[in-house]
Amino acid sequence: MTDRPIRVLIAKPGLDGHDRGAKVLARALRDAGMEVIYTGLRQTPEQIVETGIQEDVDVIGLSILSGAHNHLFPRVMELLREKGAEDILVIGGGIIPEDDIPALKEAGIAEIFTPGTTTQAVIEYIKERAQQS
Amino acid sequence: MTLAEGILAGDQRALARLITMVENRPQEAISDLQALYPHTGKALVVGITGPPGAGKSTLVGRLAKKLRQLGKTVGIIAVDPTSPFTGGAILGDRIRMQELATDPGVFIRSMGTRGSLGGLAKATHNVIRILDAAGKDYIFVETVGVGQSEVDIVKTADTTLVVLVPGLGDDIQTIKAGILEIADIFVVNKADRQGADRVVAELEMMLDLSNREAAWRPPVYSTIATTNKGIDAVVEGIEGHIQHLRQNGQLEVRRRERYRTEIMAIVEEEIKARLLDLWSAGGLEQLLEKVAAREKDPFAAAREILQPITGNGKGGTP
Repeated sequence: MTDRPIRVLIAKPGLDGHDRGAKVLARALRDAGMEVIYTGLRQTPEQIVETGIQEDVDVIGLSILSGAHNHLFPRVMELLREKGAEDILVIGGGIIPEDDIPALKEAGIAEIFTPGTTTQAVIEYIKERAQQS
Repeated sequence: MTLAEGILAGDQRALARLITMVENRPQEAISDLQALYPHTGKALVVGITGPPGAGKSTLVGRLAKKLRQLGKTVGIIAVDPTSPFTGGAILGDRIRMQELATDPGVFIRSMGTRGSLGGLAKATHNVIRILDAAGKDYIFVETVGVGQSEVDIVKTADTTLVVLVPGLGDDIQTIKAGILEIADIFVVNKADRQGADRVVAELEMMLDLSNREAAWRPPVYSTIATTNKGIDAVVEGIEGHIQHLRQNGQLEVRRRERYRTEIMAIVEEEIKARLLDLWSAGGLEQLLEKVAAREKDPFAAAREILQPITGNGKGGTP
């Protein structure tokens, strides 16, 4: 298991055009030896889930700064379950209020990383969790 | 249900998983690949190569969309470079193909080169096989952005498109050996940019000078992939080339050459694996020591390693 690269989809659902954070993280994961599939801005949950399945990723990272996370994140989880792909680890990042986090985790998002998180923290989290599966 | 059975039943997850297995643990994928083999050979494999930023991904997306309108199903393998330092990669070709993501008639897979140098990933030909067995009519293989000599695609595809853009150099570039020689079809993309006409003219001139067998002269198409301009003509060009290959038996000749390469590669790997297995108990290290100490030369050491196969320790043909 150790010599296979972890595959991560970094996706931006919703309509905001702020992809700096997603790109910084994609680059950091690349430098940590992961294969990062980056799909660009304004992805629908359907596109994200379909891409995650075709690319057989271990992790889907959702980045959002538009405030629509309470709708879009659970929708991604719902579609993954419909497709029998709920084993893919889903994490989220962006400007997400503390108060929203419990409900998102309830919906199946494994972890939410808010502003100030180091890329190293995300790398360690992914490595630890991806090795368990 | 095995992955192969899943794939034949149309299961996308099984398809994706077998591709992962072929990339990571190819030995474990052999029985599934064997089960799929009788279901392959129907897809047409189209290679797309060219320098970084030429518009290969956008072009593939547009060509795939056109073929979907014609009722064909499409598989896409998009290769991007793996970092030689960390083993990581950013696989970003899908950005240009977003609208195909939810089309059930299209399956896109991004691959890192993982150390291969010829513009493709090592597992590419097996991934083609898998998409072929899954019933895709056309399979596009997009190489990494290439320089002058990454030409593995020509050993992989039925038809090879070389995508160029204006501004890459003067006409001397067109008479150099390398990727310009492998094109069945030329596409000059970003044709709205200054100098595009000149690139077309230089390619035509290069083709005039060529004394390669004249049965097929690669057509040169101008496109603006972002606005879909010229795409229909390229699709027709691809179909025209395939038809040409069929008519004069070249499709079968090209494929047979690929089978030969593939079988020999498997043989090579198996021999290597078995010999290294035999020599793994420290014998190899001892040989290395002798070579380092100039007691033995590398040729003699290699012959000694091959002795279990050659028998006489002298190498050569059995």
